[in-house]
Amino acid sequence: MPKREDIKKVLIIGSGPIVIGQAAEFDYAGSQACLSLREEGYQVILVNSNPATIMTDDEIADKVYLDPLTVPSLKKIIEKEHPDAILPTLGGQTGLNLAVELAKDGILDKLGVELLGTSLHTINQAEDREQFKDLMKELHQPIPESKTVYDLQDGIDFAHQIEYPVIIRPAYTLGGTGGGIAHNDAEMKTILNRGLTMSPSTECLVEKSIAGFKEIEFEVMRDHHGSSIIVTGMENFDPVGVHTGDSIVFAPTQTLTDKEYQRLRDASLTIVNALKIEGGCNVQLAQDPNSENYFVIEVNPRVSRSSALASKATGYPIAKIAAKIAIGLNLDEILNPITQTTYAMFEPALDYVVAKIPRFAFDKFTNADRKLGTQMKATGEVMAIGGNIEESLLKAVQSLELDKQAQRDLIPSYTLNMSVGELLEKIKTPTDYRLFELFAALSKGATIEQIHQSTKIDLYFLSKLEKIIKMQKQLTGSHLNADEVLKARQMGFNNTMIEAVNQTTEHKLANLDQQADQHLVYKMVDTCAAEFESETPYFYSTIGSENESQPIGNSIVVIGAGPIRIGQGVEFDYATVHCVQAIQAAGYNAIIINNNPETVSTDFSISDKLYFEPLDIDHVMNVINLEKPLGVIVEFGGQTAINLTESLTKHGVRILGTSMHGIEQTENRHDFEELLIDQDIAHPRGDTALNGEEAHAIAHKLGFPVLVRPSFVLGGKGMAIVHDDAELDEYLVPALKASAGQPILIDQYIPGTECEVDILSDGKDVFIPGIMEHLEGAGIHSGDSIAMYPPQHLTDAQKEKICAIATKIGKKVHAVGMMNIQFICADDVYVIEVNPRASRTVPFMSKITKMHLAQLATHLILGSSLADLNLKPGMFPEPTKVYVKAPVFSFAKLPGAPTALSPEMKSTGEDIGSGDTLQEALHNALFDSYHINTDTIEGEVLLSKFDAADKDLTDKLASSGFNIKVYEPNMQWPEKVAFALSSQDETPDEKQLVASALSHEVPVFTAQDTVMGIFQPQLIK
Amino acid sequence: MKKYLTLENGDVFVGEACGDLAAEIKGELVFTTNMTGYQENLTDPSYKDQIITFTYPLIGNYGISLGTSQSDQIQASAVVVREMTDDVFHYQSVITLDAFLKQQHIPAISGIDTRQLTKIIRQYGTMKASLTNQPVKATETEAAHEAEIVKSATRSVTDGKENEHVVVVDFGVKSNIVQSLQQRGIDVTVVTPESTFEDISALHPSGILLSNGPGDPQDYGDFLPVIQKLQDHFPIFGICLGHQLLALANGATTYKMTFGHRGSNHPIKDLITGEIYMTAQNHGYAVDIDSVKSSPLKVTAIEVNDKTCEGLQYPGRPVFSVQYHPEAAPGPHDAKPLFDKFIDLMHVNGGVH
Repeated sequence: MPKREDIKKVLIIGSGPIVIGQAAEFDYAGSQACLSLREEGYQVILVNSNPATIMTDDEIADKVYLDPLTVPSLKKIIEKEHPDAILPTLGGQTGLNLAVELAKDGILDKLGVELLGTSLHTINQAEDREQFKDLMKELHQPIPESKTVYDLQDGIDFAHQIEYPVIIRPAYTLGGTGGGIAHNDAEMKTILNRGLTMSPSTECLVEKSIAGFKEIEFEVMRDHHGSSIIVTGMENFDPVGVHTGDSIVFAPTQTLTDKEYQRLRDASLTIVNALKIEGGCNVQLAQDPNSENYFVIEVNPRVSRSSALASKATGYPIAKIAAKIAIGLNLDEILNPITQTTYAMFEPALDYVVAKIPRFAFDKFTNADRKLGTQMKATGEVMAIGGNIEESLLKAVQSLELDKQAQRDLIPSYTLNMSVGELLEKIKTPTDYRLFELFAALSKGATIEQIHQSTKIDLYFLSKLEKIIKMQKQLTGSHLNADEVLKARQMGFNNTMIEAVNQTTEHKLANLDQQADQHLVYKMVDTCAAEFESETPYFYSTIGSENESQPIGNSIVVIGAGPIRIGQGVEFDYATVHCVQAIQAAGYNAIIINNNPETVSTDFSISDKLYFEPLDIDHVMNVINLEKPLGVIVEFGGQTAINLTESLTKHGVRILGTSMHGIEQTENRHDFEELLIDQDIAHPRGDTALNGEEAHAIAHKLGFPVLVRPSFVLGGKGMAIVHDDAELDEYLVPALKASAGQPILIDQYIPGTECEVDILSDGKDVFIPGIMEHLEGAGIHSGDSIAMYPPQHLTDAQKEKICAIATKIGKKVHAVGMMNIQFICADDVYVIEVNPRASRTVPFMSKITKMHLAQLATHLILGSSLADLNLKPGMFPEPTKVYVKAPVFSFAKLPGAPTALSPEMKSTGEDIGSGDTLQEALHNALFDSYHINTDTIEGEVLLSKFDAADKDLTDKLASSGFNIKVYEPNMQWPEKVAFALSSQDETPDEKQLVASALSHEVPVFTAQDTVMGIFQPQLIK
Repeated sequence: MKKYLTLENGDVFVGEACGDLAAEIKGELVFTTNMTGYQENLTDPSYKDQIITFTYPLIGNYGISLGTSQSDQIQASAVVVREMTDDVFHYQSVITLDAFLKQQHIPAISGIDTRQLTKIIRQYGTMKASLTNQPVKATETEAAHEAEIVKSATRSVTDGKENEHVVVVDFGVKSNIVQSLQQRGIDVTVVTPESTFEDISALHPSGILLSNGPGDPQDYGDFLPVIQKLQDHFPIFGICLGHQLLALANGATTYKMTFGHRGSNHPIKDLITGEIYMTAQNHGYAVDIDSVKSSPLKVTAIEVNDKTCEGLQYPGRPVFSVQYHPEAAPGPHDAKPLFDKFIDLMHVNGGVH
């Protein structure tokens, strides 16, 4: 069918702030879809409250609304814009749910707005468990025995009927939130209660657990005509029982025979055809490892995290094609963008193996429950491409940026003293570290059969892990020869991993590599296993005899930001993409190295060349040695890229932008302090300690409270405010261990108004786009603070001083490109931190000032002066409107994680709100962040005992007209709760308050500052 | 132990010997993009005397199972892989791929940059190659011959009495073609291509299936007159080589493709219904789509990407053929309904004879 002419204007709903279960993949899908529709001549209207996205750039859609993702807000936009259609399948579960609500509201019918891609009926059939069950029955597709229950007793009775273990899946929740596996009545009560509360329809599916089956996913495309294809099958390393978002996944499937594969493929196509999906769809299935039986687990009638992974794994751009299908084109009418000579109606053939490993935030949330189950906990993921299981898996391990020791040695140090028996017991529980524990068990002599007994992981995968461990042992201490090193390389061992077990050197290894029959080469990802010619600039390294990547010349390498984690989110991918656009505009070829399959930057059409590689020095240097770029830019890839700077410099690589010296001046504690003293800039006094004794001495010298943190930090990891010696001791033990010999920083704690600036500099002059004031005081991580721009409570003198200090620092370190500087305004203006790179606030400020700050910074890095870019040194004029950036937390996904806001960052995303007044801007920002409507607050405020004891707070709330109730453990939950506050997370009561508030979906605040800042009489109606 | 893969164009790949370590062979070098189904591929008679390169790097992952082979032996002359899996754990596996190859004296080579090799075949076309234990000159690969016509014996594979009865002309039939008919309650008699029209008529078939098979369709000239007579009397279904022979018998021509279609991801457009589906394919020759115009046949399907001829129909007669493999094994099942179509045509044509 030719594309539809009766539609002119399409509304796309984004997925909003990044939360666990809904991350950067929807920025990738959304921006791809918008561009795809505009390419076909449609007008695109986009709504998304998340500023840290490429999709909300003005270039992506005809009109961008950075507005709340609520029904009233969308209705207003629909009434104003009168779109002909809505495409709801690209904004994750949020977009899909909103589309359903809008349809129910009647506004779509009233205004004649059509739902594209997938009908309401289909959405309900796939999402509503009972309807889905009926459909499967009708299609003769096996599903595990199940029943929808609405109360606890019904669930328990059914569990007795089908026998434990059973899985509990709440209806209509994000990423399976609230679900779990119960093995007995006690577990059943806890999980089912939680699930029923969290489900908007108080509805849970209780089903027979098929934990231990092989978990297989198919990404299906289907068009209006009914033609359908499988983009790829994927096989989870972790069997059924661990959420696929938390599983290690391989593509294509590895252990299925053709008969098994085709049986599951047939099932997927049958379901997708019955649902009449038009676009992309994800089907999850379970294959019995010991018989021909299989079960259908679930169907997602939309673009998903798995489809982003499948797109990057195959080169087949699912979101782009899905958008074209939605406006009527059929698969055989859409060119395969990779080959340009074949059509989208085909199934990609892979000639490599793809591994995905999820990235968790447990390195920051050490107390959170690390056990993995049916509720997703990962914040991001890495993908690696290789010639076999071993190579792709080890490359993915090298990409994780999780734990240098485990990534290098594979065997985590904490397992060294564990017995085989202990390890076999430990690996029964899937956690973020299980892969490394498997290596440890194998290394200690556990057999793959024993491990299979404990984990049900397929022996095929375990045998590959065993091969890796055998290779590691073989490399240990032996005199290496070229053949051995080649075999290790074929398994993905990089220099770092070999040097960890063998007294060799990079130089010696390079010599041995030279002597080998095959070498490290780059191969193209082309969707067709080389059957057709293609020119895709998408490469990965492997061992082979032919290198397919010819250096492009006149190039600049941009280091990406790796996996999304707390502290380093999608905003760094945003900056990376903008950096690339500026490099290209300046007439150079841009090369990206990155390993995150979810993001825009790893789409092959973004850069002139994409290397999908680990961001470790070995792989980055391999690319640089081949491409011989003019230089490397590290300022946009977050701490990932900055951390590589020193090694790159040592290897003689030219770093563009702020020099290594400049970076050290800001990152090295002593250099930085010297600089501040030298420039007469006020700063909290402080010192560094290498051990506990030193730390106590310094703390007493400075006077409590003090701020403690490790040097070289990421997102404030490991920061805390301590008030006395006991608290200091509590902090020091884990911190000293985590810092691995690096000193601990101890600073005077200065209460005041925190603010920050991003500066642009050409090394001579400094331009400041604006000052962001934080609503919460110092002591709460800037990423978790509500930020206001322009600042609302600073004096002109303070603003001038901030501008003067920022200019001084920029000039002194010869900053070239971007820098982020954080201040505390108290009796004086103090500098607390400088990050010699683009920060998380770049997209927020870019969207407000309508200046692409990362692009401007890139031009500066490439040699332009501020004058060349028409940027006047000093502060950019403030706007009349007010903008608010608010954090979004994923506490509900991470039971046990600390919740009280502190110097340690905890938020996973952010949104933006704007208005003519602070009141209006805050109101708009709070919908998608704290999920509160400040216009219609009703009910009581629940306070923890600790907070209730704070007279200042209770007075303020009372004067704002709130009824306060003090939370008592196990109390009857009030009928209506306006919000809950627990600024501490130490006692069981405090933990229970937060958990109950989360499960009742009541707005929950975890800092007094936030509540005091928001609920002032002048700010609420 | 090293093994040498020497190509007609002079390129040499050195790898590890696997399968039968001693055996040395010559053959036509082809590649398939199938990611699963190596056992079906190796035992498919259409691959007779060919050296199969697998573009997917890990071959042998789930071993060899009973009831999966498409004939009673490995038909390919050799196997080229990047990595052969030696440890197999699939519950149905009875033997590893390597042991299977050894058992049947088939040599293989691993550790090859199969992507580089595939690109060479894509560029220069299917070519002769040899697999040896010592380096050889490229000219020594040239003696390799194309597959000879399969000499099978007539056999009845079902002894039903009252069902429809299909005579399969066996040019190298895959067992799943026969099974696909049997699963639908059809009695099958497999006959040799040396059968005459009279031999076949004497079996009172309800329909004739012209099977797949190896080699150049033009080498089967002796059988064309038989097809010409059969199509006047019986419903006919041609698959792959059978499709090409139906074309030749009706005056169309065939040609050798540069590197053929071998894989499970070939999209086919049915020109009658407009439907598009994924098919399994394995052929190095194709029917010249332009030559069909001057024949009584009509083109009913094309490959979406290269627009080659994928289906033929004799208008007004229950006679049709497809270039692809509706029986799959390996590959997608999307075209399976063609067997039902064939059976329907037999019903219309009078049912049981």
